[in-house]
Amino acid sequence: MACWIMGKTMDAQIFDMDNIDVAWCPGCGNFPILMILKKALAELEVEPANLVLVSGIGQAAKIPHYFKTNVFNGLHGRALPPATAIKAANPALAVIAQSGDGDMYGEGGNHFLHTIRRNPDITNIVHNNMVYGLTKGQASPTSQMGFRTPVQVNGVFLEPFNPLAVAIALNAGFVARAFAGDSEQTKEILKKAIKHKGYALVDIFQPCPSFNKLNTYQWFKEHTYYLEDSHDQYDRNEAFKRATETEKLSLGIFYINPDKKTFEENIGTYQENQQPLYERKPDIGKLRNLIETFKIAD
Amino acid sequence: MDTDLSFQKNNDLSIVLCGQAGQGIQTVEYLLTRIFKLAGYNVFATKEYMSRIRGGTNSTEIRVSSEFVGASVNRIDILIPLDRGAVGHVEKRISPQTIILAEKETIADDFDQTRHKFIDVPFAKTASDIGNKIYSNVVAVGTIAGLFGVEWQTISKYVKQYFSAKPEDVVQSNITAAKEGFTLATGLINSSEIKIDIRNDTKVKGQILLSGAEAVALGAIAGGCNFISSYPMSPSTGVLVFLAGKAKDFGIITEQAEDEIAAINMAVGAWYAGARAMVTTSGGGFALMIEGLSLAGMLESPIVIHLAQRPGPATGLPTRTEQADLELALYAGHGEFPRIILAPGKIEDGFYLTQRAFNLADKYQVPVFILTDQYFVDSCYNTDFLDLSNINVEKHVVKTEVDYERYKLTANGISPRGIPGFGRGLVVVDSDEHDQAGHITEDLGLRTKMVDKRLRKFELLKKEVIQPELIGSGSYKNLVVCWGSTYNIVKEAVKNLGRDDIAALHFKQVYPLPGETMEYLQRAEKTIIVENNATAQFARLIRLNTGIDIENRILKYNGLSFSVEELTEELNGMLDHG
Repeated sequence: MACWIMGKTMDAQIFDMDNIDVAWCPGCGNFPILMILKKALAELEVEPANLVLVSGIGQAAKIPHYFKTNVFNGLHGRALPPATAIKAANPALAVIAQSGDGDMYGEGGNHFLHTIRRNPDITNIVHNNMVYGLTKGQASPTSQMGFRTPVQVNGVFLEPFNPLAVAIALNAGFVARAFAGDSEQTKEILKKAIKHKGYALVDIFQPCPSFNKLNTYQWFKEHTYYLEDSHDQYDRNEAFKRATETEKLSLGIFYINPDKKTFEENIGTYQENQQPLYERKPDIGKLRNLIETFKIAD
Repeated sequence: MDTDLSFQKNNDLSIVLCGQAGQGIQTVEYLLTRIFKLAGYNVFATKEYMSRIRGGTNSTEIRVSSEFVGASVNRIDILIPLDRGAVGHVEKRISPQTIILAEKETIADDFDQTRHKFIDVPFAKTASDIGNKIYSNVVAVGTIAGLFGVEWQTISKYVKQYFSAKPEDVVQSNITAAKEGFTLATGLINSSEIKIDIRNDTKVKGQILLSGAEAVALGAIAGGCNFISSYPMSPSTGVLVFLAGKAKDFGIITEQAEDEIAAINMAVGAWYAGARAMVTTSGGGFALMIEGLSLAGMLESPIVIHLAQRPGPATGLPTRTEQADLELALYAGHGEFPRIILAPGKIEDGFYLTQRAFNLADKYQVPVFILTDQYFVDSCYNTDFLDLSNINVEKHVVKTEVDYERYKLTANGISPRGIPGFGRGLVVVDSDEHDQAGHITEDLGLRTKMVDKRLRKFELLKKEVIQPELIGSGSYKNLVVCWGSTYNIVKEAVKNLGRDDIAALHFKQVYPLPGETMEYLQRAEKTIIVENNATAQFARLIRLNTGIDIENRILKYNGLSFSVEELTEELNGMLDHG
């Protein structure tokens, strides 16, 4: 199995599924993201049995089915709550919540806000193609102004949702944006996000060749650039400023706050006892003592 | 004026305290129920309140008895109105026998004093003399307990304990307030203004005083609950609050979710990773959870849902009671999948059924409901110490092998449930229709097999049904059918009728319906359904399952529970008097 890629022992093929019928269109940005994520996980030596991919519904949300690992493919918009709970129930698991822009920022918008506040140690990967693919081409929360669709017949007039600015406003621990067309840079961003202790957002620009004729590979190439090496990732105000640029969209790690306690640390469940919840049983002696207090005895 | 209550029938007195929210009525209820319990009296308490933080008019009923009492009565033997408007609030319950203990100045000309037995007790004046009117409620505690002949030692000890977290001067002022109240009672007794004489009961000492919400929460702990995610909503919040308070002691992850959608999706995720999770909610909150319930149905995830009913539709009456969400629990969720619905009647059922719910959910990988209501969660009484000898946290999680498949097609429909990180296998679950490995499929033949597999579990559930309890004569002609929280009300009403041709049949499992239901109903000449809703939902479920139509209906849906007297009267009106 082992081949030596970049000095690592794990091969990305360990995550490959046999005989799968992939539901994505030719040229879909999901293909490179799938490949890049497998490589990132292999380089970090994350064991498939120790990883849980959680997703919602949509074309991006099918990604766990093309991955040999533990999978929780839940409801549309609802990847983050179960991902939070899975990590809390067993902190030894690596947990990635992954879906598209419609799922995470539209249907699941409230969970997006509050998961950032909660700060579980999970990675949140959002495939952002600025359009609804599975339902055939309606506007998404990140669609650009003027984007015409069979529903938004006069063009989108809602202010596009800015996930990075929102995450930085909420003081998220790790906020980054990547582009599916840049495999090496995206892989490095993903590795840092996965290694980050706490909630990490990676919004990945990807083209949708079937339903978004505006934001193509070419468009993303022309409208993005990488943050300079001199960008201070620990400066929240600067990060917010860069996240709200509109002329050209920057890529890279915008913001890191390394000092936040995670949800699993804050709940205190693992302070004295490292056992995951499935190994625990209630202390019936303690329960008896508790019930004893209801006697209101002298 | 005759204020001698010493020969009250059954040695059973009903005290009602009434006042504004924020006047400390809850404190009075809490202190008095515990002091009475300590003094060896049987005690029952329930409350009705408005949906506001200050003002309005709320009331608490406390029954004190020499024998077990577990139901709300309409009768008021002693009324303690703490402000203007209080008498009017409970006017219909006041009879010529009701004794009103109040401060003339406080309630002023709120009622016609010549028509009532009125005793002027200076609660507020006494409190003001101590230093603050705020102590009025504790003065009342001292007076009431004193009138019942509770020893001062018992009162002072408990008042001290209750306020122990407060600064020393607050503790002392409250003890002084209780003492002054107690002295007022002594004066009333000595001047023969009032006489109360209720025997206490030696059994009570070893018993516990438990509310419905506490029973459900303790049952959850006994069931191995280690994860609760919920959104606050009356009247379900008590369970969340109780478990949050015990989270550290029992290792329970307690999370207030951003909404009920997140709450149930968290709970399903927690079970997936090996936790034993529950949610607690009420109608509107549960409505938001319904897609998540369907997710549990598809993933074959265990989940325990405490659904504390209140009147709807929509926001309805937020702080009142009703049994109108049975059909909601029964039919909620798109698609077809099995479920179990349990509905505690006795307070202790809340404990045993919730404990059992976790094992049932885990064993059959289905949603299990604990269906209570505001009346149930907000009522308390003394009951036997909970039996922990048969408490087993049955875990049905398997250690996986490399070739593990989560949705293996099995003869009985149960696929061994693995969890990620336990064993070498991979655990794949999907809200889409899936193959045996858990991956998305559109193979329509496999779809049929998966539906059949999920529904096969329903046959197993029927074998583990809790039978209904027959209360009263086995040779009944008239059968009163009830479910959930009305248990003690129906039981006392049937007892009051004093007839040997009537019995009650109480269901604490309402779905799947016990197989013996039909036989019980067929043996009766007349059947009567009692439900706290407008359309007799349980009667409809019975007809659906047995073909038997229960034609006689006693339904109440004004937001309050039945009282023993009104139910007795209604039942009496339906019976033949040959």
